[in-house]
Amino acid sequence: MDLAKRVARPSPPQGERGGPTADAVGGVRAGAANDKYQYLLRLGDNALVLSQRLGEWCGKGPALEEDMALTNVALDLLGQARLWLSYAAELAGDGADEDSLAYLRDANQFRNVLLLEQPNGNYADTVVRQFFFDAWHALALQQLRISKEPRIAEIADKALKEVNYHLRRSSDLVVRLGDGTETSRKMMQAAVDHLWPYTGEMFDADGVDIAAAAAGYGFDPSGLRAEWLAYVREVLEESTLKPPSPEAWMQKGGKQGRHTEHLSHMLSEMQVLQRSHPGATW
Amino acid sequence: MSALSTRASIDTIWSWLRQVPDPEIPVISVVDLGIVRDVRWDGQDADADVVVTVTPTYSGCPATEVIAASIRDRLAEGGIGHARVETRLSPAWTTDWLGPEAKEKLRGYGIAPPAGPAGEHVIDISRLTRRSAMKPAPVIACPRCGSTHTQVLSQFGSTPCKSLHRCDACHETFDYFKPH
Repeated sequence: MDLAKRVARPSPPQGERGGPTADAVGGVRAGAANDKYQYLLRLGDNALVLSQRLGEWCGKGPALEEDMALTNVALDLLGQARLWLSYAAELAGDGADEDSLAYLRDANQFRNVLLLEQPNGNYADTVVRQFFFDAWHALALQQLRISKEPRIAEIADKALKEVNYHLRRSSDLVVRLGDGTETSRKMMQAAVDHLWPYTGEMFDADGVDIAAAAAGYGFDPSGLRAEWLAYVREVLEESTLKPPSPEAWMQKGGKQGRHTEHLSHMLSEMQVLQRSHPGATW
Repeated sequence: MSALSTRASIDTIWSWLRQVPDPEIPVISVVDLGIVRDVRWDGQDADADVVVTVTPTYSGCPATEVIAASIRDRLAEGGIGHARVETRLSPAWTTDWLGPEAKEKLRGYGIAPPAGPAGEHVIDISRLTRRSAMKPAPVIACPRCGSTHTQVLSQFGSTPCKSLHRCDACHETFDYFKPH
């Protein structure tokens, strides 16, 4: 599609679920169709935002091997984001496509969880963020691969094979750095404590999740919490790191479009080319 | 003369596709790699399209688009102007589709082929535990000297489908084609 034509688009109308910032783009108006669209955006935006964050490490990784691993994971996630967002764009109609969704939406139209937009910080922050998400991602994709919607099931099946490797790597790094030197252990514990309040949102079911579970194309995320906690605790304990309390107060809002300020800064860099030179191609 | 008698047979088209190299591992073809899932003529007319169905190795593999272009170019050389390359995700690509011959070509090229079926090495998360996630690494023989005294340097290598290893016997680093 012609990105140039979409830059000046007015803000889309409000949707029926997910609070005042939810929006239905293009032809998606009805409740059920909008729920599915929102659901796909969440899957796609999670992959896209984390991919962009990891891409920020390119050329700056602490070791060549880590640099390559970060960008490989970013590439997998970018491919997954394309699959989810292309599907979302088809539901939206109105000429939307994966590129318009990635480059022409504002922060309040993104549906990723807050955890993933948090800045890269030091390497411990990046590793812990990845670990928390990978464990959830693997469990989530395992649910989605048995989705009643064949297209969702096949994307999830493909993605899960890749995420298996992501999870293996991030779990391994958490153990190496957690049970590493005194300095690395301290930094890892600080990262775990800092990012912990962003993990609750992954298991927080709202109307869009409930609708997805009821219709059979998605799942209830609250059902993944026990298994996620058990796995994360197991790895943290092996790492000599202290798991924070599961009862801790949790941040939320990303899935409904209420983001931390970090997302806007990230998007300003990610989208600048298409915003400044609409329709530019490689 | 009918269109059917003049146009290339499906077998001929497959033989052309066997000449299309993987852009990042040129020693094997896209057919060796197992990503060509189907070849068919879409219609009976002389100007019908050839449809080649491919499946991506990894979701974000940048070679996918180059491969589609190479396939269209090779078919054009054979006189087929109307070729479409379609993508199919399911069943998801697996290294189990690499034949024995392809594995030998990889080894000859300096890339250790997948050690065993994909299912044995991919995490079984039917119950997610650290133990299931950290299955012991398979024994990987150095593609240069054959020693099995090798270690992983990075689980992610120069392309999405490979990891990076080092041989402790000959001290060479090498790529390993990950079971997937």
